[in-house]
Amino acid sequence: MTQNTAAKAALVRALKQYGGIFLSLVVLCIVFSIFNPRFMTVVNFMNILQQVAVVAIAAFGMTWVILLGEIDLSVGSIIAVAGMVGAQCFAFGMGFAPAIALTLAAGALMGMLNGVLTAKLLLPSFIVTVATMGIYRGMVSLPTNGAPAMIENETWTAIGTESFLGLPIIIWVVAVLFVINQIVLSKTSFGRRAYLTGGNREAAVYSGIKVDRLKILIFTISGVMAAISGVLLSSRLFSAQTNAGMSYELDAIAAAVLGGTSLAGGVGTMVGTLIGALIIGVMNNGMNMLSVPYFYQLIVKGLVILVAVWLDVRAKQAKR
Amino acid sequence: MHGSAADTILKITDVTKAFGPVAALKAMRLEVRRGRVHTLLGENGAGKSTLMKILAGVHGATSGEIVLDGQVYRPANPQEAASLGLAIVFQELSLCNNLTVAENILATREPRRFGFINDKALVAQAHRIVADLGLPIDVTEKVGNLSIAQRQLVEIAKGLSHDAKVVILDEPTSSLSDSEAEILFEIIGRLRQRGVAIIYISHRMEEIMRLSDDVTVIRDGEYVSTHPRDEVTIETLIALMVGRRMDEIYPPPVHHLAADTAPVLAVDRLTREGEFQDVSFDVRAGEILGFFGLVGSGRSEVMNALFGMKSANGTVRLDGQVVRFRSPDEAIARGVGFVTENRKEEGLVLGHSVEWNISMAALADFAGGLGFIRNGAERAAASEQVAKLSIKTNSLETLAGALSGGNQQKIVLAKWLLTRPKVLILDEPTRGVDVGAKFEIYKIIRQLAAEGTAILLISSDLPEVLGMSDRVVVMHEGAPGATLEGSGLTPETIMAHATGFHS
Repeated sequence: MTQNTAAKAALVRALKQYGGIFLSLVVLCIVFSIFNPRFMTVVNFMNILQQVAVVAIAAFGMTWVILLGEIDLSVGSIIAVAGMVGAQCFAFGMGFAPAIALTLAAGALMGMLNGVLTAKLLLPSFIVTVATMGIYRGMVSLPTNGAPAMIENETWTAIGTESFLGLPIIIWVVAVLFVINQIVLSKTSFGRRAYLTGGNREAAVYSGIKVDRLKILIFTISGVMAAISGVLLSSRLFSAQTNAGMSYELDAIAAAVLGGTSLAGGVGTMVGTLIGALIIGVMNNGMNMLSVPYFYQLIVKGLVILVAVWLDVRAKQAKR
Repeated sequence: MHGSAADTILKITDVTKAFGPVAALKAMRLEVRRGRVHTLLGENGAGKSTLMKILAGVHGATSGEIVLDGQVYRPANPQEAASLGLAIVFQELSLCNNLTVAENILATREPRRFGFINDKALVAQAHRIVADLGLPIDVTEKVGNLSIAQRQLVEIAKGLSHDAKVVILDEPTSSLSDSEAEILFEIIGRLRQRGVAIIYISHRMEEIMRLSDDVTVIRDGEYVSTHPRDEVTIETLIALMVGRRMDEIYPPPVHHLAADTAPVLAVDRLTREGEFQDVSFDVRAGEILGFFGLVGSGRSEVMNALFGMKSANGTVRLDGQVVRFRSPDEAIARGVGFVTENRKEEGLVLGHSVEWNISMAALADFAGGLGFIRNGAERAAASEQVAKLSIKTNSLETLAGALSGGNQQKIVLAKWLLTRPKVLILDEPTRGVDVGAKFEIYKIIRQLAAEGTAILLISSDLPEVLGMSDRVVVMHEGAPGATLEGSGLTPETIMAHATGFHS
């Protein structure tokens, strides 16, 4: 009985928090399925999930960063560097395990550099990551002089192409990372410190939170998430492309903001971000199936983001 | 009644305001006359802010009537309120730090030429306003470079720069030093001579008794009574305001201090270039050591250095051991707590819940394996503090920003109580807090001292320092002028040392 009411209360809370954004997702799905009956199929939904995976994982990292009141524009470039690091590891004859370890370490290092520059040199993260976005993007081309690098390691490519227990591995990866990020954010003192610091940095410092260390750790998380995105993308493409992940940082930011993450910091959840990423995925997929030209897609996506965020802001103002 | 109806400039009759089911104002009345200072007195949450926001055009009244200068007054927005002759100076600073004083004062009304802002005219016009008020402020300075007190004066100049018939001052002296407050009082005197009506809101009773012509007391959203100043005393006003008799403002000590205990905290010749020099003092367990000094005397800077926010030379001993904190987390780990001066900037995360704010500094105590927060323990500790300090909140989930000033301050206190500090620094712990909550905060401080906490009480409220402290360190221009105790503790000796005019 009490459990029942508690569950109901939780449901009501979830509806209040995500109702609007979830409704947008449902409406989009209905609209697309009216225009194309093949949209509403299991096969197509699997497809959408796989397409959305790369952005969703980068968006999990982005959510941490935005929650802290910062921004990470280097995410797209880190995605490309990760693929290239993997490809080069294999070119040097390494096995899968050391290759993936080095790839993730590279992502961590790039993220950590963003964090150190922001926290210790007191530079705005926007400026730091605009700079490293260019630097990392340029570094992708160093080993191959701008040419793509093929990846022939079968374990690596299996990640993007094989299934496990009936579900594509890629979807498992997204699901596991979603659960881990959401639990760390909502249940641990690390997550709480991120919320508090994003809400009021000064008060956090005076309450003994090591804000600099937290910032560096969170940019490192963003780097690692982007590197995992890079692994998925390169495994689907069987290669590392120098322009891989171009402007994905903007999709990741859009997903987080659509999901209710406040650019002012202190507010946001992984659940919201996942729904935000799905909206972007559904829009891309649906419009592709309707053969909407790319430039129209850009316009429509921009408008949908504006309207969704505006509705969300309006709902929150009404509550106050 | 006092005076004729013709003198009345603003008359509020039976105004109510409901936010959903909550009635913030019930049958409010107020009659303000030309050339008089009318104090509106009430505890936080009594409805002063709601009434002021209605007058300022931020909210509309649910029912009732307001008449300004013979006309029904119903402004749709603050701009309209200003153009109808009602100026308001809010307690919260609403200035843009990156703009100059002149740009702030004349914001949205800048003199223009060909559609562009005419900078010369802007500066000249702002200078006239500031000079007219007798403010010692350079209008071309960026507001961000001014002290908090100077910003408050700019805020006042901005409010008064409209040709106002009624001027509302909401706690204008809360961050002013005594000399700056004097400037403000002179301005008020001049406005009153010009026939401007002033609605004055303050919690400082001495100030109210000195400035007011009339005092209206409100309580729980309702009008209580109006009195000419000469017919009331501070005690009767407080009794009217809180609805009960308050026997004393400062609760007596609940324990006797043992004379020969070793100090918990001993500070020796602490110095930070340009901020304070050779600050030495010590404080024992259970002792309340007062710090008095004018704004700019370096009190807060010393405390920030003690707490690891700033580096400083000299030695600090905690329980006899030399310590040198490089950051607040080290200070907290060794049992030092710091209730900072500005609770909204440094004390609270206003957008998060009461519970999160209370557990904030003791988060590690609630984290189990892998850093998972033990929600049950956290919740229990937070609700225990809410009960113990009688924090008035709907629930633990309520956002800290939704509570009144006194309750917010209690949350900050609760946050530090959870860390079980050996030394608790309290920087202006009752600023912007109403009399009822003040008394409760004093009781909490006494209780903490009785439990053996060493307390550093920094305050620019002289009666507070005198009423609460066992000893008082008086700061003057970055150095301790004297440490006073026993019969040496009088308002005269303290002020003499604070201003440097002692023999």
